[in-house]
Amino acid sequence: MGGKHSLGMSRRGFMTMATGGAVALAASGGQSAAQPVRSNARIVIMGAGAGGASMANRLVRRLEGAQITVIDGRAEHWYQPGFTLIGAGLRPAGYAVTKTTDWLPQGIDFIADYVTEIDPDAHRVTTRGGQRIDYDYLIVASGTVLDWDAIEGFDMALVGPEHGISAHYASPEIAELSARALDRFTDMGGVGLFGRPATELKCAGAPVKMCFLAEDMADRKGTRERAQFIFNAQTDNLFGLGVVHHRVRQFMEERDIGYRFSHVLKAIDPATKVATFATPQGDVRTDYDFINVVPPQRAAPAIREAGLSDPERWVDQGWLHVDRNTLRHMRYPNIFGLGDINGVPRGKTAASVKWHLPVVEDHLIADMQGLEGTRQFCGYTSCPLITRVGRALLVEFNFTENLHQSFPGIVSPLEELWISWAMKVFALRPT
Amino acid sequence: MDMQEFTLGVMIAVFEEMFGRTLFWTMTGVAAAITAAWIFVLIRDRHVSWRKFLLAQLSMPVGAVAAVWFVLARTGSGLRHMGGPIDWLVMLGVAAAGAVGLALLVYVVQSLIWRPRASAPQRAPTAPGKETRTQVLTGA
Ligand SMILES: Cc1cc2nc3c(=O)[nH]c(=O)nc-3n(C[C@H](O)[C@H](O)[C@H](O)COP(=O)(O)OP(=O)(O)OC[C@H]3O[C@@H](n4cnc5c(N)ncnc54)[C@H](O)[C@@H]3O)c2cc1C
Repeated sequence: MGGKHSLGMSRRGFMTMATGGAVALAASGGQSAAQPVRSNARIVIMGAGAGGASMANRLVRRLEGAQITVIDGRAEHWYQPGFTLIGAGLRPAGYAVTKTTDWLPQGIDFIADYVTEIDPDAHRVTTRGGQRIDYDYLIVASGTVLDWDAIEGFDMALVGPEHGISAHYASPEIAELSARALDRFTDMGGVGLFGRPATELKCAGAPVKMCFLAEDMADRKGTRERAQFIFNAQTDNLFGLGVVHHRVRQFMEERDIGYRFSHVLKAIDPATKVATFATPQGDVRTDYDFINVVPPQRAAPAIREAGLSDPERWVDQGWLHVDRNTLRHMRYPNIFGLGDINGVPRGKTAASVKWHLPVVEDHLIADMQGLEGTRQFCGYTSCPLITRVGRALLVEFNFTENLHQSFPGIVSPLEELWISWAMKVFALRPT
Repeated sequence: MDMQEFTLGVMIAVFEEMFGRTLFWTMTGVAAAITAAWIFVLIRDRHVSWRKFLLAQLSMPVGAVAAVWFVLARTGSGLRHMGGPIDWLVMLGVAAAGAVGLALLVYVVQSLIWRPRASAPQRAPTAPGKETRTQVLTGA
């Protein structure tokens, strides 16, 4: 759907619902039509992605008189779960692109710039353009920063069929170029390398999906015999959740997809098409014809520089130091984290954002009223793990490491289903 | 947080995404028009014609196959991707919808082309409303 939606308003409403994960999680955006809360608080939302934009809409509905400022320097709003489909050539780049301002409500201030400095003691943020904004509450929703420079020899200009490099995490356009690289590889055959970084990453299943889609594509084209697939895991499993790891391992073995544990991509040499992986036994070099590069991911520098990062965990990544249940900053109670930025185990998916929203809203608004919020984030994470064009596993889980089932007895999380595919492809974007 | 949160608005958005907005609303419009036309001919003729229903029923398999084919084409998949019971149930539902839809269409088209004359007289006298309803149920 290209331009504006005739359901403009309702579509914005949908944004506050599941942006990923099970469709079933759709509507808590249909917020209780509670009395608006009167407040003259100044609220700054840093980032207008899946989380920030939804939050602005929710707060506008809940508050009266508050001054809400949304800051994001990216004019395009990206529907990132669509990058997997674009990167596999199943959708054009435009599929994932809308305008950031399309998603923002009336009655707020929008600053098209990036936050470069946060002063949590003075309650002030500064933008790259030097604009200073004071806040009473800060909601950090800046997502992850992709650290492409960490992969030595990688250059965004190399992505495409000529060099056999795919980097579908980067942007819709780069994902489209990545699809052309994949198309060429699945025509010609050779060695295809896939894998994930050693840091936390958004949609941890996405690298696996790309590998499965590539294999399926070669299979369909009848070039499977000529192609070899190797998935490089950063640790000793293929997925953080044991039961899912084994399922993925089984698929890989059945489909003759090779996998290696504790292989972390550190460099590529585009001239000779050799990739270097760090392993516990030292560096390992592997020739490739196609490589899907997924870079390490970190918090925006402003967060780390302001000392807002978790001081003990993920120190090289700098995720926001929040209470995992209330998503409130551990040291600055007027700062909340929303979405991928949160330093919580798991949960870097658009589906989790949907579960973050009511929690942050509850604690924020309760605080304005001098109360304590009660809602808790359970760690909900959802990852429709595409196994082929036409099939997926609807994997959902939470902090307990138990599988969560939105449709118990109907949609099994470990079964390859067409309906799970149909949900991933059709139900996630509108919801 | 489960299926109860599946609102009508969300369903509509999902279907719009699946078929594209224009196509979805066109299909909805056509379906509504066929249903309305069918109700119209039922009221007009005051009975269900068995002869027309027979032909309508014969068209049902065609409608079923066409609907399944259409949904699979839209989702870039094939019957080989059906993985579990829920997949087959959804496909059955799609097939049923296609079958009923086409049957109604065929019935309506016949009724609009041939005005009832031959079959109307025998039935007209006794409680047409009631009879119609039972026949509709057995027919569909
Ligand atoms: C390839 C891929 C596949 C995925 N697949 C799925 C999936 O199948 N299911 C699923 O649920 N999720 C999936 N995700 C994850 C999902 O996209 C994210 O979890 C979701 O977008 C997180 O929302 P967010 O608001 O935290 O961050 P984002 O949506 O990334 O938004 C962050 C925003 O902050 C802005 N920003 C950054 N720095 C600053 C700054 N300093 N100042 C101001 N603004 C700033 C950015 O411009 C951006 O607009 C996928 C992601 C990728 C990349």
